[in-house]
Formats: sequence, C-alpha cells, structure tokens
Amino acid sequence: MNAPLGALDRPNSYIGRSVSRPNAKRLLAGKGRYVTDLVLPRMVHAAFLRSPYAHARIVSVDAEAARTMPGVRLIATGGDLARICQPWTGTLDHFKGMKSAPQLPLPVGKATWAGQAVVAIVADTRAQAEDAAEAVMVEFEELPPVIDIDAAREPGADRVAEELGDNICFHAKLDTGGIDGLFATAAHVVEEEFLFGRHTAVTLEPRAILADYEASEERLTVHHATQTPFQFQDLYSRHFGIPEAQVRVVAPDIGGSFGMKLHVYHEDMAVVGLSILLGRPVKFVADRIESFVSDIHARDHRVRARMAIDAAGTIIGMDVDDVTAIGAFSTYPRTSAVEGNQVIRLMGAPYRFGNYRAELSVVFQNKVQTSQYRAVGHPIAAAVTERLVDMAAARAGLDPAVMRERNLIADDAYPCESPTGYRFEALSHQECLARLKAMMDYDGLRAEQAVLRAKGIHRGIGIASFVEISNPSPAFYGIGGARISAQDGAVVKVTPSGEVRCLISVTEQGQGTETIIGQIVADQLGVAREKVRVITGDTEVTPHGGATWACRGAGIGGETALRAARALKANVLKVAAAILQARTDELDLLDGWIVDAVGQQRLSLADVARIAYFRSDTLPPGTEAQLTVAHHFAPQGYPFAFTNGIQGCHVELDAETGFVKILKHWVVEDCGRIINPLLVDEQVRGGVVQGLGAAFFEECLYDAAGQLTNGSLADYLVPMACEMPDIEIDHVETPTLDTILGAKGCGEAGTAAASAAALNAVNDAMTPFGATIAQIPMTPARLLRALGRI
Amino acid sequence: MKARAFRYVRPATIAEAFDAFAEAGGEASYLAGGHSLAPALALRLQAPDVLIDIAHIGALRGIVLDGDSLRIGALTRHAEALTDPHIAAHAPLLRMAAPHVAHPAIRNRGTLGGSVALADPAAEFPAVMLAMGAEMEIAGPDGHRRVPAEAFFLDLYQTALEPGELLVAFHVPIARPSHRWAFDEFARRRGDYAVIGAGVMLDMDGPTVAEARIAFLSAAATPVRARQAESCLAGRLLDAGAIADAQQALAGDLDPPDDEQTPAAMRLHLGRVLLGRLLGGLIDNAAVAA
Ligand SMILES: Cc1cc2nc3c(=O)[nH]c(=O)nc-3n(C[C@H](O)[C@H](O)[C@H](O)COP(=O)(O)OP(=O)(O)OC[C@H]3O[C@@H](n4cnc5c(N)ncnc54)[C@H](O)[C@@H]3O)c2cc1C
Repeated sequence: MNAPLGALDRPNSYIGRSVSRPNAKRLLAGKGRYVTDLVLPRMVHAAFLRSPYAHARIVSVDAEAARTMPGVRLIATGGDLARICQPWTGTLDHFKGMKSAPQLPLPVGKATWAGQAVVAIVADTRAQAEDAAEAVMVEFEELPPVIDIDAAREPGADRVAEELGDNICFHAKLDTGGIDGLFATAAHVVEEEFLFGRHTAVTLEPRAILADYEASEERLTVHHATQTPFQFQDLYSRHFGIPEAQVRVVAPDIGGSFGMKLHVYHEDMAVVGLSILLGRPVKFVADRIESFVSDIHARDHRVRARMAIDAAGTIIGMDVDDVTAIGAFSTYPRTSAVEGNQVIRLMGAPYRFGNYRAELSVVFQNKVQTSQYRAVGHPIAAAVTERLVDMAAARAGLDPAVMRERNLIADDAYPCESPTGYRFEALSHQECLARLKAMMDYDGLRAEQAVLRAKGIHRGIGIASFVEISNPSPAFYGIGGARISAQDGAVVKVTPSGEVRCLISVTEQGQGTETIIGQIVADQLGVAREKVRVITGDTEVTPHGGATWACRGAGIGGETALRAARALKANVLKVAAAILQARTDELDLLDGWIVDAVGQQRLSLADVARIAYFRSDTLPPGTEAQLTVAHHFAPQGYPFAFTNGIQGCHVELDAETGFVKILKHWVVEDCGRIINPLLVDEQVRGGVVQGLGAAFFEECLYDAAGQLTNGSLADYLVPMACEMPDIEIDHVETPTLDTILGAKGCGEAGTAAASAAALNAVNDAMTPFGATIAQIPMTPARLLRALGRI
Repeated sequence: MKARAFRYVRPATIAEAFDAFAEAGGEASYLAGGHSLAPALALRLQAPDVLIDIAHIGALRGIVLDGDSLRIGALTRHAEALTDPHIAAHAPLLRMAAPHVAHPAIRNRGTLGGSVALADPAAEFPAVMLAMGAEMEIAGPDGHRRVPAEAFFLDLYQTALEPGELLVAFHVPIARPSHRWAFDEFARRRGDYAVIGAGVMLDMDGPTVAEARIAFLSAAATPVRARQAESCLAGRLLDAGAIADAQQALAGDLDPPDDEQTPAAMRLHLGRVLLGRLLGGLIDNAAVAA
C-alpha cells in the first residue's frame, strides 16, 4: 500500500534520496573524536578492581600500600561514593509489583556478579591505576551464587538481595480467557521449549566517560559516549545534587551503541563521583574484557509456548510462558523488565487470532544485568511465533509460505488490535510476503532443495514475519515515572550568510541521524543540503529531547525537524515579503532563493539574512525578523507507530559436522516514509547481521559458579564478513498518518526476525533427519546433538 | 588493560640476545611478531622486566634450500608461507595451512618461530611441522642443537626450548613426487583457531600408501601425530575401507579437550569426519597421479 504523492514526493526532494553522510569521510580517515581521544588539563584515569566472585561479601578492603604507589591520586570504595551519590532503583511504576534493590556506584557490603567493580583507583595514567589495583587487597567471603532460573524461583532459594524476600523482579500475566478449553479442543496443537542465549552489544567503541567537576562553579561537565545525553544530565543532577542547569553532558563521536549506551552503569556514576571528590577531570574507558563483564547483556529467555490451529490451518490461539533472568539488579532508569514485557506482547503480532495467554517471570541471578539492546524482545517473540507457525504448517500439511498467506493479518484489515493490546494503524504483511516470495524465488528454491536433498546436500529455507515497535510515546517510560523524554526539540536558524543550522536533541552513533535531519531541513526549508549543518549531542546546545532509543530518530526527530523547518520558512517568507513588498502566499523558498508565484528568483536567502541581521533599519516598522525557530514535537495519536516486514534465510547444513553456511538472506520491510534509502538499507543489513550473530555465534557463556567463560573477542564470536551472506532488501512504504513526515523506525527491523528466519531455515534443512532445534545460538555442538551424531 | 612497565632491548645478533637475557636474570621475554606476546602482556598474564626484540637478528631469517631439506628461518612471517616459492614447492603443507591462520594483518607480523615456540595446541604451524617431519634448530648459550618435531612439543605450551634458548630455524625434508599433501580444519569463523584440524602427508607407491604422517591440532594438549591411524594406512590401498579403519583408530590417537562448547566427543567425531574428507580427497589425487 503506497500513499498518494504529496509535497514530500516532488522529483528533486531530498526526502527519499540516498544522500551520503557528511561525517563518513572524516570517520573513515580515522579523524573521529571519541571520548577516548579527549585530553583535558589535569586529567587523571580510573581503573577498577572487580569482584572475582559472582556473589561474595566484601569483608575488608586494604588499600594502604596502593595509596602510596606512583601516580595514585585516590582510591575509593563503595562507602566513599555512597556519601555523595543518591542510590538508584531500576523499577517503573506501570510495571505493577516490580522490585529491585537500590544500587550505588560501588557496592557496600557485597558483590553480586563476577566482574562487578568494587574499588576505584585513580592515577595519572591508566597503567599506574592498574598497577595500584594489583596492590589493593580485598578480602571476600564467597556466598552461594544464584545462577539457575528454576532454582532461583524455588521457595527458600538463596537470594541475590536478601531484603527483597525472593528473586522475582517482576511477574505479569495476559489472558484473553478460555485458553485451556480452546487448546483441548483444537484440531492441532504444536508446542516447544525455546532457549535464547545471553549476548551483548560489542560496540566498536567501548563505553567511555570523562567527568569534569569544577567545584568553584559547582559545575559538572561529562563527556560521555551515550545515546541519551539529556537523560544523563537529569540523572547526574539528581543523584549528585547538582542543579540541572549546572550539569552539561556532551556526547561526541560515538562508535556504535545499539541500546547498550543508554543505561546507568556503576563505573560511570563512580567516575562522576571521583571527579567530584578530586576536583579533576577523571576518565574511564572500558576495555574489552571489562565491557564483557559490565556492559548490559540481552535476551536470556526460556520460553515454553504452544499454538493451536483449526483443521484448515488457521491459527486460533497461543499460550506462552517466558522466564527471563536479568542479573543482580534491574537496570536504571529503563529497567530490565521491558524485554520480557515486549516478548509477551509481541508474540504472534503479525497474525490474526484472538485468543492469547502469557505469563512472564523476570528473575534475579548473580550475573551482570541484562537490559535493552537492539530490537528489545522482538527476536524472541519472532523466533517463538515463527517456529510455531512452521511447526503448525507441517502439522496441517501446508507449505510455510501458504500457512502465512492464510494467517497473516490482511492488508485491508486496519486499524486493528492484537490480542495483547497493541493497536496497529496500518501494516503490510501480505504485500511484504508476496514481495519476499518473488525476491527470493521461493518456489524455485523449494524445487532446488528437493533436487539437492537427493544428492545429500541439505539446504533449508526459513521465513519469518515481524512487527517492530517504533516512535514510542510517553506510554513507554514516561507513564512509569521515568524522566525519559518521548518528545524532541530542534532549533533551526538562518545564519547571516544565509546558511542554516539545526540543533536537535536526537543523536548520532553512526547510523546517520544527522544526515537525515539535514535532508529534512534542507527539503522543507528549501535550501541545498550542503548549506545545512546539524549539531547534536550537547545538552548545553540543543533543546531537551529523548535522543536515540527504541527507533525514534527518524520518526520523531525527523518530524521535529520538519515542523521546525516549516516554521522557519514561514518566518523567512514574512521578511522576504516585507522586503519585496509582496504577499507571503505569493512567495516560496526554493534552492536558497525566494521565488514568486511563477517561479522567478527574486531574492536570495543570503540577502534576506543580510538585511535582517545588518540592515533591519530598511525593513518596514514592526517587521518581525525571527530567523531562529525553536520547535518541540511529541508523538500523538497511536502510542507506538508499528512497522512490519518479513525476512527469508537460506542455509546449507553440513549434517556431518553441524556447521551451517548462510547462503543468502532477504528482507522486505515497511518503515513508512523512507528518508534515505541507503541509510535504511544499511540499518536493516546491520540489524540482520546482529540477528544472525545471535542465531549462530554470539553467546555469553557462564559456568555453574557464575563466571563468564568467554569474555574476550577470541572466545565470544561476533559475526564477521566471511560468514555473512549477501543481504537483499526491498521496501513497502506505508507512512504513518500521525505525522506529516510519515516515517517510522527501521533500526531494529533487521535484528527483529533474522534469527527467527535462520531458526526456521536450519530446522527446514534438518527435516530429512527428523531432527529439530529450538535454541539459539545454533552452534555446531547443539546441531550435532540434535542430529544425534554426538 | 595496560601492560606493566618493561624495558625494551633490540639485539642485532643471537649472542647479544643471550647476553640481554642473562643480564635480565631470566626475567625477560623474546619478542618476535608480538601477536601472542603483546596480548599476554596487555592482559598482565605475563609481566617480564625486559622485552628482547629478536626481529632484527639476521641469523633468524631466510628461506634456503639445503640439500634435501628446506631451512626456514624462525622469523619467517606467516604471510611468507603463502608467497614464498621455496615453501610452495618444497613444503606445500605450510602453504596449505597458512590461509587458515588468523587474518592478513596478523599474518603480516606473526612469525613461524613465534607460533612454534608458543606451541598453542590449536595453532596450525606446529601441527604442520609434525606432519612434515621437520627438525627444530635451537640455539642456546652453549651452541646449536636439533630436535625433531616429535620431541619438541612436550605438553600444553611446553616445548623442548630451555629458558633463554632461541628457536633459530626449521629444517623440513623437501616434498618428493610420490608425496600427497592435504590440510584442512573446522573453524567456527574463517581465521579462528580451529575446533579441529589436520595435516596429512602420504608417501604413495602407486595406489598404495607406503607411509602416512597425520598430525592433528586442537586434539590434545600438544599437536599430535595420529600414529594408529597412520598404521591403518601404511602398506594399504587407499580406499574407503582403509579410510574407515583410520577414522576408527583416531579414538586411540586423540585426547581432545572437553568443554561445554566443544565436548571431547564432538572433537573426536569432527576429527574423524575431517580425516575421512582429507584422505578421500587424496584418493582422487592418487588416481590422477597413477
Ligand atoms: C587475532 C589473532 C588471531 C590469531 N589466530 C591464529 C590462528 O588462527 N592460528 C594460529 O596458529 N595463530 C593465531 N594467532 C597467533 C599468531 O599466529 C601469533 O602471531 C603466533 O602464534 C606467535 O607468533 P609471533 O611471531 O607473533 O610471536 P610472539 O607473540 O612475539 O611470541 C610468542 C611467544 O614465542 C616466543 N618466541 C617467539 N619467537 C621465538 C624464537 N624464535 N625463539 C624462542 N622463543 C620465541 C616469545 O617469547 C613468546 O613467548 C592469532 C593471533 C591474533 C592476535
């Protein structure tokens, strides 16, 4: 379903064009300026002594010898920092009954995961700080670690936090009613237990922070590799008791984020505290090993699920039980319950059925925290749903594509609502499926598969539909009491030379946000893209806004920029009309020129600006020359702009070795208005690669004592170019009518269903062996076990 | 993490290197390509007082034909194993293994001597040295000695090198027309240390195997010869039956490490599959040559 052509569709519009990224060359040339690169006068470096145990009482800390070592400026314990930092608790009010223990920068009393920072050491160089860390003696008394999700929920189990009474962080139920009866009488029921490993973001640039407290002015400046500077301005202000206006957070170039860089980390709060204690800039850059044990992890779900279908193969209901373990605390301020909540609410979302029951248990354990990472909850919901759909198709004797044709919500059925309460404005599942089948030559692949099977070559084809949550309103966090903005703000101004600056609250981590904002402003104002400079990532410079999370940069940030640019254009035309003694409705601004009704260039924007700024004396009295405009925009209408799409995966299984070669991957997705096709495609590709990483490679492995056993890039396998297939992408455009721009998110689409498509493909390849797998990552060992070879 | 502070010296000769080692009272490490040592320093797994950079010692370089063996200097880079014509002609197994070792950037700096001296059981070159029947030339303060590959790899990361000794060169018996070579491995990702790998040398007498040398990596605490499998093949026609026997015999040859990700049974299973494929590939070659 394509929208009718509108003002945004004119042939030379910047919106819809693959404009290249202005910052790409600089970053490629190695001239990026990341937090790591910053050097401030009097700057010192922090290192952390970390708990070797998953759960241990801190009996004593002896730092006497370390304090006198070369370069050492400060050694701080949990107690030292607790005196200047208010504790935080990772709960949201709308998650009823949710609980989590208060957190401090460094623990007082006990350590609750292996790798938790326990003592901070500050020295003139990082190497000196590490030397001193080796000399700090901490006596630990090991406590029994809580690791297993079932044991953790037993009555009388050892507790991660004594004061909470049990290890349950959050519990939720959804029930449309009558599920037991429905399943008892359904023609077919398929069920499976799914396991989803923990994995983590592995950004190219690790977490980095440089806190600079100036006591004389009571001012805190934090250079922070984060995607949400305003959120941190608010948090630093409130937890350290510094007035908000005295706190500045600057997010310079950032090398990837994926949701990982918007959580409060203990080391980061510690570094701010250390800077306050020392009155000096203090820097901390997590090394890769620290990243593995302190960055948030994601997923870690065990889902037992079943699906009922009628005799014709129509899905009639789903019944789901999700248990997810989140580590020792719920993260702050977004909590660790959002992923589970989205799992149970996104389950079955692309399909038309009305009966649903789900139970969610969010469990504490002695591991590092899990929280929001790209495509929060989506890959789990998609994998469970899509695998069950394939199993149901097999039971009903239907081809998987036919099964989806019969059950995906019809494209003309909108608006409609999912049994879990999500309201869909307009999606395009059926058209996406039709396009995917054509693009991958689905029937041809099936025919080839049959021929090759006879020769002992085992290829598998998997498809997976998905729904993605984007453009969230305050229904996401604000409603739960978190001071996380769902709106954005932009200031757009014309400079005296007639160039344009846009200061906007959405941020850039490498995905091209600044590029699309520039495209939108240039397009809507009527100037060349090169004339627009976009500035982001500094709380002292841009208006307040939510920044980057949950797929909102284009949809909300873009709409903010659009409206700001339109308002500025109206102001420009007012001044131009005064100068030209014309009526504003006769004038337009095109390619940097004021043009009249017949398109004649009358006056350049540079001349309008020159006159407004330097010769206001020549303007008629009372002329308002407002060449700077500030505008805020918050989503209204639907609480979320859902997007949709479908993915296909083609694999070849070596049934003797359990190794899988991914031959090809396809995506058809619908993010509404496409602002920059190149950037959208790369978002989708990158997302797919992360999804395939989860499907085949990435997993944080723990032993029974709660030790991470593969915390390095030699042992934790990220997908690399050699293993990744070509990824073909196509789009359907169904703009949201809630905004003028009509854009929805696309950043999580790739990750949302790549692992689901891969899971179905591998199971499809294993059909001749009667083997199945319901666990990701699908490692050779797991596949060999499934195939009965070992 | 940052390495602990150390001193750095750069000797020009083997003798100077030994002096530097003695001067440091043994608290020194030789630095070749640095691609195993530098990470170990950064992780503070090793913290020598002195790093003795041997990369500028001419006597450790060079690839020369010496009668019926090829002398390969310890400082030969991994990348040279891919490009050197002597290696391609006379030590083909090294060439076959080299593309599986890490990635180009690492192959440009990593040295064969460093790889063999480190003796990671998962590394390709040590196993290949075994399969080729190479001899290691070792220099110590008291002179040079030669140790056959079989006697060089003693235990996990333990070799016949005494503290302070330098690996100088490898002496590899050159390939003969009756030799058939094969190398392959199963790695999760291209360039990773393999789950299992093997190098095979068959000396063929027509369609019959006169002698077999098979060495596995990632199959025990050291690179290992699969002697029982070898003897299943010796004197036999290279056919499906002989291959199946050799695969079966691996149970007695390999002592694979056991971990959650790759259980020992999986490595043995994959070792068998791999050996079957390598030998199967050589049947065709043997037939072509006959
Ligand atoms: C990302 C990455 C991936 C890798 N993947 C693989 C792989 O797939 N397969 C593989 O086999 N290797 C791999 N390696 C290791 C790489 O091949 C190393 O370079 C090699 O093992 C060591 O060689 P080096 O010259 O770098 O030795 P160094 O790191 O300099 O030294 C290693 C050790 O050997 C000692 N040493 C070095 N030379 C001598 C000598 N002549 N005499 C006595 N002692 C000596 C040193 O003192 C040190 O203890 C990888 C390395 C990296 C960083």
